[in-house]
Amino acid sequence: MDLLTWTYLLVGVTFTLYIGIAIWSRAGSTQEFYVAGGGVSPLANGLATAADWMSAASFMSMAGIISFSGYDGSVYLMGWTGGYVLLALLLAPYLRKFGKFTVPDFVGDRFYSNKARVVAVICALFISFTYVAGQMRGVGIVFSRYLELPIEWGVVIGMAIVFFYAVLGGMKGITYTQVAQYCVLIFAYLVPAIFISMQLTGNPIPQLGLGGEVADGVPLLDKLDGILVDLGFEEYTSGKKSIPDLFMITLALMVGTAGLPHVIVRFFTVPKVRDARLSAGYALAFIAILYTAAPAVAAFGIYNTIQSTSEKSINDLPSWVTNWQQTNLIGIEDKNGDGKIQYLADPTTNELRIDKDIMVLASPEIAALPNWVVGLVAAGAMAAALSTAAGLLLVISTSISRDLFKTFQPEISDKKELRIARIAAAGAVLLAGYFGINPPGFVAEVVAFAFGLAASSFFPVILLGIFSTRINKEGAIAGMIAGLVFTISYISYFKFISPELNTAAHWWWGISPEGIGSLGMALNFVVCYGVSYLTPAPPKEVQQLIQEIRIPKGAGKAIDH
Amino acid sequence: MSTSPTKMERYWKKNLQTLAILLSFWFLVSFGFGIIWVEELNTIRLGGFKLGFWFAQQGSIYTFVLLIFIYVYRMNALDREFNVNED
Repeated sequence: MDLLTWTYLLVGVTFTLYIGIAIWSRAGSTQEFYVAGGGVSPLANGLATAADWMSAASFMSMAGIISFSGYDGSVYLMGWTGGYVLLALLLAPYLRKFGKFTVPDFVGDRFYSNKARVVAVICALFISFTYVAGQMRGVGIVFSRYLELPIEWGVVIGMAIVFFYAVLGGMKGITYTQVAQYCVLIFAYLVPAIFISMQLTGNPIPQLGLGGEVADGVPLLDKLDGILVDLGFEEYTSGKKSIPDLFMITLALMVGTAGLPHVIVRFFTVPKVRDARLSAGYALAFIAILYTAAPAVAAFGIYNTIQSTSEKSINDLPSWVTNWQQTNLIGIEDKNGDGKIQYLADPTTNELRIDKDIMVLASPEIAALPNWVVGLVAAGAMAAALSTAAGLLLVISTSISRDLFKTFQPEISDKKELRIARIAAAGAVLLAGYFGINPPGFVAEVVAFAFGLAASSFFPVILLGIFSTRINKEGAIAGMIAGLVFTISYISYFKFISPELNTAAHWWWGISPEGIGSLGMALNFVVCYGVSYLTPAPPKEVQQLIQEIRIPKGAGKAIDH
Repeated sequence: MSTSPTKMERYWKKNLQTLAILLSFWFLVSFGFGIIWVEELNTIRLGGFKLGFWFAQQGSIYTFVLLIFIYVYRMNALDREFNVNED
């Protein structure tokens, strides 16, 4: 079968599977819609969390980013996994014990204030919209590259699928489709990685192949260092970024990960506190399978690309180069007219332009794998984008129906609330689709925003809300606003207002906008503490609530206050 | 009624100790081995890897997974010891 048939077949089969699961696991009540009835097993929740977390960017772009930045790319690997340690140890078990449905729920109740709740809702909506637009775009791109459809059509089909299972199934439908999507995406990621690892190093495990030796007996990474230095680049295994900047970016990504509402909310779906802890462990283990394979895919990809193009005759290139040239992900310009490609660090003499997404999307072709593997990668990329989009849409719809409508109109019935949640989810799908078709020019830049905001707004107040009984509503509101305003201002200044000044020389203490969320977080902590100590302590019943969420055992039964 | 609060305080203190120990390892393998001391560690080799690079792109992630499972095991034991477990 040819490539296009395989791709249609595999994408079609997986989509049918997702829709079937959605029909089977329809949500009947708000509890099922918001948290899947709280009855998801830790293993299923771990799988779902992993799929929810790994987005189109993790699947398609992360390896490519590492390919071109080498050691500096480690910030994403450590940042996007280390956050789960914080989540598992500091947040998830306590939020599960708290036992409601959303992050603004916790902020509103713990800080006994609807103002705090509204600030939290605004943060949650902003973070989620930022993220979801990128996912829809990802679906469109995969459709256009593999299925030869216009991007617009791809986005519309993606919207229809997500609409179907997110609007109908709520958290329950999403959870079980995400379990299936994890299986699809991890299989699709590992198959080409294993084949390429075998071809290059003879070791079938990519994580070990990365440390393996290429044909002439030299370790792959040393070989890569040498090749890149010859072409005028930095060594692959050492970076360009300063230590303080690496430190702050990693911290911002870790803390941001732990503060992302669509990840936190997944831990409300398991039956017990013990399950919340365990499922965080499963989630990270499943995520780690992809995240430890990604640096291998990255190194194999850049090595293969250079080997098969550098100083090679333009008329005699492998077919994958010419294939991807048509989609404009590879560009060749013979500047010195010698009929050969020079891939060099110096932009004035470099003749090869490679998009970062190539490293994953073209990997099956680079390794000359059969057509079904190419179709599989398309289905995997789609699974990654759809699962994340669905999780985000749920946060958006829950924020609107529960945190806004229900809070201010507590008398509405369960049925009406469920209807509002579905309408909100439908509206969010449409809006996300609109941004997918007409992406705002700043999509790439807003990623820094999403993590920076999660780090500087949610993480500190949730953490202090659990680990301190003295923090009150004044402190929490002041802290969140201080962290947010500082982080938004710093990122906006360097990304939108004066992008020409966005260099290390102008940054405060050498911290790039990507890492500034760490400072925003510190500011939030300081303001939150300071203001709390200058204002009255929280009321007795709130202090009691904190004591209760600190122990797993059922509400107040074992503990006398 | 009078003994419960101290029992609760002891449970919480042990919980915080566990967190402090596990989080110091979390910090050490990522920010320590992966960033601050990466160049020193890169002089040591682990097969085809430089050790600092290995921690930054592989070792830290394995350690994170391990830390969460140790936490699960340790907290379940602590919950049983203080009779605050859920069954």
